[in-house]
Amino acid sequence: MPVDVARMTKVFERPKSLTEARYTYCPGCHHGVITRIIGQTIDELGIAERTVGIAPVGCSVFAYLWYRCDAVQVAHGRASAVATGIKRARPDLVVFSYQGDGDFASIGTAESLHAANRGENITVIFVNNQIYGMTGGEMAPTTLVHQKTTTTPDGRDPATCGYPIRFSEIIATLDAPVYVTRQALYDTRRIQDCTKAVKKAFQNQVDGKGYSLVEILSTCPTNWRMSPTQANEHVANVVTQVFPLGDLVDRG
Amino acid sequence: MERSVIIAGFGGQGVLLAGKILAQAGMDHGLEVTWLPSYGPEMRGGTANCTVVLSDAPVGSPIVDEPDALIVLNRPSLEKFEATVAKGGIIIVNASLIDRKVGRKDVAAHYVPINDIALKLGDARVVNMVALGAYLRAADTVPLDAVKRAMAKALEDSGKGKFVPMNDKALDGGYGAVS
Amino acid sequence: MALRQLLRGNEAIAEAAIRAGCMCYFAYPITPQAELLEHMARNMPRLGRTFIQAESEVAAISMVYGAASAGVRTMTSSSSPGISLKQEGISYLAGSNLPSVIVNVVRGGPGLGNIAPSQCDYFQATKGGGHGDYHMIVLGPSTVPEAAQLTTLAFDLADLYRTPVMILADGLLGQMLEPVELPEPIDPASLPRKEWAATGAAGRDPNIILSFDLGPDNLKRMNEALQAKYREIRKREIRYEESDVADADLVIAAYGSTARIAKSALQMARAEGLKVGLFRPITLWPFPYDALRAVADHVDTVLTVEMSAGQMWEDVRLAVAERAKTPFYGEMGGVVPTPRSILNEVRKDAR
Repeated sequence: MPVDVARMTKVFERPKSLTEARYTYCPGCHHGVITRIIGQTIDELGIAERTVGIAPVGCSVFAYLWYRCDAVQVAHGRASAVATGIKRARPDLVVFSYQGDGDFASIGTAESLHAANRGENITVIFVNNQIYGMTGGEMAPTTLVHQKTTTTPDGRDPATCGYPIRFSEIIATLDAPVYVTRQALYDTRRIQDCTKAVKKAFQNQVDGKGYSLVEILSTCPTNWRMSPTQANEHVANVVTQVFPLGDLVDRG
Repeated sequence: MERSVIIAGFGGQGVLLAGKILAQAGMDHGLEVTWLPSYGPEMRGGTANCTVVLSDAPVGSPIVDEPDALIVLNRPSLEKFEATVAKGGIIIVNASLIDRKVGRKDVAAHYVPINDIALKLGDARVVNMVALGAYLRAADTVPLDAVKRAMAKALEDSGKGKFVPMNDKALDGGYGAVS
Repeated sequence: MALRQLLRGNEAIAEAAIRAGCMCYFAYPITPQAELLEHMARNMPRLGRTFIQAESEVAAISMVYGAASAGVRTMTSSSSPGISLKQEGISYLAGSNLPSVIVNVVRGGPGLGNIAPSQCDYFQATKGGGHGDYHMIVLGPSTVPEAAQLTTLAFDLADLYRTPVMILADGLLGQMLEPVELPEPIDPASLPRKEWAATGAAGRDPNIILSFDLGPDNLKRMNEALQAKYREIRKREIRYEESDVADADLVIAAYGSTARIAKSALQMARAEGLKVGLFRPITLWPFPYDALRAVADHVDTVLTVEMSAGQMWEDVRLAVAERAKTPFYGEMGGVVPTPRSILNEVRKDAR
């Protein structure tokens, strides 16, 4: 039967806040989903014309290409400090940083923690895939115990490498943050939850409430050496055991 | 004409403040001035000194090899700086704490019982103003009145205006102690 | 006439920055520049402007990067060890063409060194302490009033060329008091809008601030644009001061605090009948090579005096290019040359 296009209803489309630039991400990686969730949020809140995104160093270094809003590309780990500078200079702007686990929880430890502790009115998207994707699959601060990476070829040994850092839990001990949550994307239910969390984290900023952090457990099928499906199952069954999902702080 | 003075003593004796007040008074009097402190972790109890240069032309070096005058509130400062004073220069010696005479014959030494004068006025903390008063009388670089005004302003600006009369007397006390 | 105030170098720089319309200041405490930080802490919030005592110098320079991206005048300050930490951010500021002002109140090094005055960061400041082919404009004030003037200039040059500008002071200048007539405050709202800044893409295409391009040809073009800017700066912004150079046999080359101390030595030397002059670079980058070369053409000796092992000396020798003798006198570790110690060198070399 021929399809009558004119009578079809569009039920899903690219958010207006996203450009047409093609993602540089590997198949099965969650960065693309997260990018879309952020774009959709910017659309829904109608804030594209006053949003400034911060692109980190890592696989998401090109983040400035995907959004139809102003963007600043920054040094590895410094996104939360740069966000502080932008937001203090122009409190009317909506500022979000997009940071990987190495960026946010290793080289940017001080900047991440202190921006949270000052209660900067910014939104931080912290993408935790337990590995350094861009540089070739090295150990991240969040790499699981015994997980093999190119710098822990025999698996992460806590005796010499310590344990995976639950950075959101550390931030949750602070008095200032208004919203700290850990989300995942391994099924549609989690994607819906995560979308709500991201929207809340942006809404908090728009409402002037203060610092919001959304940690998102993400996959890296390429460096995990798994299929996208296996990677999703790995997050659901293994990663969430170390990094439990849910809200850690909600003072909104 | 350029005149320099080094004011030295224990940290906490107010030598830096005395120098600042002199510099401020010099500037108010229309002179070019610099004030250079010894700075560092010796917030209290260590040795402190500052150099003040007063000139009718722009000041080059704020550091002087041969100060025209030296005010020493303790003995280590006399040991350290005595030899540097320019020939024909002035040394104000705190005779209350320094139990020796100046060795040099080519400078004018004034022995002023600075602590005793301050204590007689009722407050040991004004030793710096007694010393400064003595210097002003001996060196004649800046009028006493200009220094009094600078002192009053410095204290008022830092919320210590009630100490102005006491410090005023201290300046007079030092000034009167040098003939 | 503007009010003459007795100010510390650190305070004069801070107050001049405020009057130049600095809206955001970020720094971490370190001696001997703490008074600068404290002046900003007292005064910026009162004016509705931003002061943050950052968690580190790395964070402070990154905050500067953010505020500069958002199009406001912004500054950080520190002293040598802290400036080392800022090098990452300075490289990014240069690469992203972000106007910003960085103050270095130099102290003795290397390592923790000490807190006494020094000029041992000249290489770091003028040759690029961070990674990549970049320069900052580097201004070397010699007196407290000049420190205030050059702070105003630093903000103007930073905006004009979209570049980081460093004020290279030292502990002596930071700590000493001297009369200053501060400039009138400007209204930050009166400054030209920065159309390139990340201020929200309302009614225009997005602005992207970045120092990044994976394509070698593109990054080469970005570098060429930077170099073209530097050529322009070299052409227009070289500043220096000459004193008693016309009839001199020997010219002292010195900058910053050392230059003012050398001025006293010069007067002492002249009083002895020695024909001595002073050449004082004010822009340390770009260095006044041509002007110094012209001086070298008619003197026997260019004596470099620095509080370092001989850093600016390299630029002096490049400038002089064998046209005159180029002896060097330096002090290190926080030892400050005195007028007499410089005079002694002058006497040796004036023979």
